[in-house]
Amino acid sequence: MNSKNIFTLTGAFILYFLIQVLILKNLVVFGMGFCLLYVVFILLLPIELSAIPTMIIAFLMGFGLDIFYDSMGLHTASAVMLAFFRSPWLKVITPTGGYDPNTPPTLLNMGMGWFLVYSLPLILLHHLTFFFIDNMGTFLYLPMIYKILASTLFTFVIGVIVQVLFYKKRRGI
Amino acid sequence: MQRILLFLYSIRAFLLFVALEAVALWLVVTYNSPQGAVFFNSSNALTGSLLSTKDGFTSYFTLGEANDELARKNAELMDILAAQSFPKDSIYIQVDSIMQANYQFKGAKVINNSLHLRTNHITLNKGSEDGIKVGMGVFNGEGIVGRVKGVTKHYASVISLLHTDLLISSKIKSTEVFGSTQWDGKNAKFAKLRYVPRHVEVAKGDTVVTSGYNAVFPEGILVGTVDSVGVGTETNYLDITLELAADFSSLTYVYLVENNRKEELDSLSQFIPIP
Repeated sequence: MNSKNIFTLTGAFILYFLIQVLILKNLVVFGMGFCLLYVVFILLLPIELSAIPTMIIAFLMGFGLDIFYDSMGLHTASAVMLAFFRSPWLKVITPTGGYDPNTPPTLLNMGMGWFLVYSLPLILLHHLTFFFIDNMGTFLYLPMIYKILASTLFTFVIGVIVQVLFYKKRRGI
Repeated sequence: MQRILLFLYSIRAFLLFVALEAVALWLVVTYNSPQGAVFFNSSNALTGSLLSTKDGFTSYFTLGEANDELARKNAELMDILAAQSFPKDSIYIQVDSIMQANYQFKGAKVINNSLHLRTNHITLNKGSEDGIKVGMGVFNGEGIVGRVKGVTKHYASVISLLHTDLLISSKIKSTEVFGSTQWDGKNAKFAKLRYVPRHVEVAKGDTVVTSGYNAVFPEGILVGTVDSVGVGTETNYLDITLELAADFSSLTYVYLVENNRKEELDSLSQFIPIP
């Protein structure tokens, strides 16, 4: 973790944050598919970053988003949930031979198969928490499940597109 | 002792996780009550200025609709003005001023809006310096929009009618039967009218307006029209679905209303013992 790395991460943090609140906030497909692209930012943090700093970054990201979404705690709770389970999950799915040092776990670095296994369950976990808290107190379980599935798919597809377009191999942004 | 500390150190990630989740859930619970103090919301200075900059760009796309709406409202107001002007050859004496100036109206622009969550909020570009206060009712030319929740110097955040915890006291215009409008969290175009007894005859297309009972909105502002009437699961009440009059997906300009006598009305209801 050198200073250049920290600089790019801060830049990516601000960029993802602004894109989320200014553009993607109003982009909801059929009233079902939310695009929570900041999830991809948390997923693509360096592999060496342990759970504690990841959770703190996720907390800050979630809290900032909540202020803009006027949904105190909603993004915070789900982002921290994602960040906590990221490190154990990375350990579970370590490829044979281990991870290369200083490689962010992007699609281009790790391949589609690995990225699918890595990101889909974590995005699903995040969205599950998100919509569960959102629907707390109501009994709208069926719409909630539609929203979870549609949003997971949508976020994943947009995440893949963003990585193909804007990420280089073996490097951050 | 050392072993306890070592053990705690070994599960430090989990402890931090629990602490952060507790903070987040505490925020969820405190924020989502329609009453109660709010510390963080989209009406603070930094967020507000960023959102209004963004609105400076995006508002151009809805200018046409906004103009139509304003022109229509202007025409409506001119009608009222014409009806209230008096012929020059007669003298007008104001007999009673007690019912006048009961409500004060203000205008504001929507700079942030959401409609797909269960708890939706709106941010306005006016704040306490423009005379906006917590608890004011918000509506536009089409119908009811919501209620002010938090105010800072230059911005205000509003609980949208599309918030499952907000109840608006309303009545069916033709029969004067009252109930409460509440969003059910499903579709941004429809809401439920609750607490209408079963013996009441409600027809599809009936107009529902505010009742004026809760001192937030004046009487007679449009809420929506009855879309369907069912028997429902509750034994005493009808299950009425309203088609909301306001189009929440294209809110641009809204009006805010304040009841000058709200405190007086509220203090009066304190004298009534609650059973």
